[in-house]
Parts: sequence; structure tokens; C-alpha cells
Amino acid sequence: MSRKRVVVTGLGMVSPLGNSVAETWDGILQGKSGVAPITAFDASAFSTQFSASVKDFSVDGYFAAKDARKMDRFIQYGMVAGIQAMRDSGLEVTEQNSARMGVSIGSGIGGIGTIEDGTLVVEHKGPRRMSPFFVPGAIINMIAGNLSIHYGLRGPNLAVTTACTTGTHCIGLAARSIMYGETDVMLAGGAEMATTPVGLGGFAAARALSNRNDDPQAASRPWDKDRDGFVLGDGAGVMVLEEYEHAKARGATIYAELTGFGMSGDAYHMTSPPADGSGAALSMQNAITDAGINAADIHYINAHGTSTPAGDVAECRAVKSIMGAAVDQVAVSSTKSMIGHLLGAAGAVEAIFSVLAIRDQVAPPTINLDNPDEECDINLVPHTAQERKINAVLSNSFGFGGTNGSLIFNRVD
Amino acid sequence: MSSIEERVKKIVAEQLGVKEEEVKAEASFVEDLGADSLDTVELVMALEEEFETEIPDEEAEKITTVQLAIDYINANLA
Repeated sequence: MSRKRVVVTGLGMVSPLGNSVAETWDGILQGKSGVAPITAFDASAFSTQFSASVKDFSVDGYFAAKDARKMDRFIQYGMVAGIQAMRDSGLEVTEQNSARMGVSIGSGIGGIGTIEDGTLVVEHKGPRRMSPFFVPGAIINMIAGNLSIHYGLRGPNLAVTTACTTGTHCIGLAARSIMYGETDVMLAGGAEMATTPVGLGGFAAARALSNRNDDPQAASRPWDKDRDGFVLGDGAGVMVLEEYEHAKARGATIYAELTGFGMSGDAYHMTSPPADGSGAALSMQNAITDAGINAADIHYINAHGTSTPAGDVAECRAVKSIMGAAVDQVAVSSTKSMIGHLLGAAGAVEAIFSVLAIRDQVAPPTINLDNPDEECDINLVPHTAQERKINAVLSNSFGFGGTNGSLIFNRVD
Repeated sequence: MSSIEERVKKIVAEQLGVKEEEVKAEASFVEDLGADSLDTVELVMALEEEFETEIPDEEAEKITTVQLAIDYINANLA
């Protein structure tokens, strides 16, 4: 039995640049930065005092505020992005189709803010004051759980957790479920809200974050010589993946086809990639093989590109080794330069940008790229978006633990 | 200072996300006000906090309506 084709028929997003796909994409194409000083708590004692956080967020028009009170922010972001994606797809959930519709939405860290608050309650007020909603309000699979309850989706209900590759893995594995013939529709993506004192303090202690407190909007600068770490970001991205014939039969708007998914493990270090980018290259090659295309068919790469000294160069080497002579024709950019690093949501929002790059035939820019690292002598789309022919896109994610994932989307005519 | 009845009704409205005028004395938390088992646990905790008391679990289980909550507070705090 040949595998089923998978297409993207709905998109939803909550990001540092806006609480919808349209608003975020508009900001991305204009090269706007969503980075700002932290105001949610007093960050003055931290070495990093800024983040790419979500602004003016509300669940109004999506679900009841009473229910939101029982959910960590990461769950609220994921729910809103998921509901947006379902509405965008125009899908109707019925008694007949609901068993073949599932959810695959994870988070890198989960409800860390809720866990911090719960810890303080136990410490200061005692265990009797713990909320009965502490556990369901904090655990990672509760976007998948709550969305299935909201829509009555009775198919597979998953939340893969692989650090900063979470969103990419959740989408890739959801696509495989459809390809295998197990489901017709999967809501897939990731969400994150780790800009809390413990989240920020932990990443700062790992020396992973930029300290550019005097100019936060210039802090995320992938491949630039003056890069000094990533910028913590919050938000969520969810896409509706649908079996191709199922989508065609109902006359759905098809954004793109998900043709390839690859994974690999670095087997190297907890937080650093091998200098040659071999783990990243293996993941990319696996995706290209899975898609049944040639590297030269890829016209745009949405890089992991977090703005860390080691990671950015390793990815460049991986891109060069995979693309070969075709590296001169490909555009490679990091949208993290504008929205920071959304950790478990990063792969999801970047998969959405990849799909939109195909729809609009434009490569989004890498802002703040004033002086590229000598090793990264490829088209990194500095400062401004580039209109170009884009038939196939590859989107990379790499996470702590050395976990890698790559997705390939193709244009559907 | 509001009466105990007013304070109880205000907490019920806040915890269960309903309008205060819907919180009638005879209303059942589960059947009339849409609470589930976890909501009722949290509601009792909010009452404990408001009235600075501890309600034992075996007593809490019996508090299923707004009036029963008012009665319990009156009997144990007055």
C-alpha cells in the first residue's frame, strides 16, 4: 500500500509579533522585532532582562475565561492557535469523522510558571492550599487534551516533548499518522511560555541567552559576528494536516504539501551540537530522502539559527554539506531574528512561515545580520525579505539532548 | 462589612465563572452552576481562605449547595 499524501489546510498562531497568523506574517515580512524588556516580573537581578513575549493576549472569542483560569499560559496559547487553525481549515467535526481526527501538540517545558506558583504555595501556605487544577493546569499534554475535548476529536492524542525540536517532531509524527492511513486529520504544533523567573534563570545559567540589555531588538542576530546567545520567546503555532483526497473532496484551501520528515540524534553533548553539524545534516538528508526530492529542489531553508555562537556555524556547515553545489541557489534565513526562540513552539511557527513562504513566493529575512560570520558565506536573506521562486522548503529544529528534526513542504499546483 | 451570605455568593460566582445573580441560595454547585468535581474542591478551598478556617474533607463533601455553604460558615464561625 502506497502512503497517503498530507497537505496543510489550516494555520493558527500566537507570537511575539501578534496573536494571529496574518499579523505575525506581516511583521515578519517587514522585518519587525518582537523583542522587548520583560515587564511580567522584576527581571533586574537577571543577566538577561528582555524576551520575545506575547502581547495583549486574551482568550475572548476562543473559549471561556473561567476555563482559562485552570490552564497555564502555554496551554492557553496552544488552545487559541489550535482553534484558529481549525476555523481556518473550515473542517466540521461530526460523529462520523471524529474518530479519524487527532491532535499532536507538545511543549518543550510545559507549565513552568504554574509549577513555580505551586512550589511557593506549598512553601508558604502548606500543601492543603494546592489547587486541584495544579496538575491538569501544568502538564504538557493538556493542549492536546483540551483541544480534543473542545472539538470532540477522538483520534490519536499526543504531545511529543523533545526540547526545541518539539514542534517539528509533533508535526512530522502527525503527518506520519496520516501517511500510514491511521487518521485523516491531525491538529499539530507546539506551544511555550517559559519566560518566567525560573525559566529565564535556567537558560541564563546555561549561558544560552543573549545579554544585550542595552539593545534588546538587536539581540537576536543569527550568523552575525556579534551574536551572543538566543532570545527567549513565547507563543504557539498549530497547523491542520489533512489527507490529500479528504481535503480535495471537501474543496479545502490547500496551503502546501508536507512531503518529507527526517530525524536524527547527535549522540554528542547535552547542549552543544558537534562542530561539523553532522547530526543536523543527517536529519536534513533523511527528510530529503523521505520527500523523494533532490537537495537542489529546495529553494528556501527556514534554519534553526538561534543566534548562539556554536549552533549557527554548525548549521551552516550542515546546509553546505547537504546542498552541495546547489547552496548558491538556496535562500536560508532565521525568523528567530525577529521573534526569538520559542523553544517547543519554534518548529511549529517556523513550519507555518515555511508554508507561507511557498504561498507568497517570498523568503522572510534574517534581521540584525550586519556582519556575517566568514564561514556562513551563503544567502542568509539579510535585513529584507526576498521575492523568489519557492517550490520546496526545508525547516530545521535542533534541541538540547541532541535531538534533530527537519520538515519539507512542497508547493501544490 | 458584607454579610456571610453575600461573601459566599461572591466567591461562588468568582470560582465557577457565573454571574452573582445566578447564585441563588438553593442552587446546587454541580447541577445548577456547572461545577465539576475539581471545581468543588477549589471552591471549598476559596471558602477556607476567605473565612480563615479549615473545612475537613468529610464536611466539605456535604457542602453541595450555596445554602449549605452559608449554613456551614454560620455554624462554625458565628
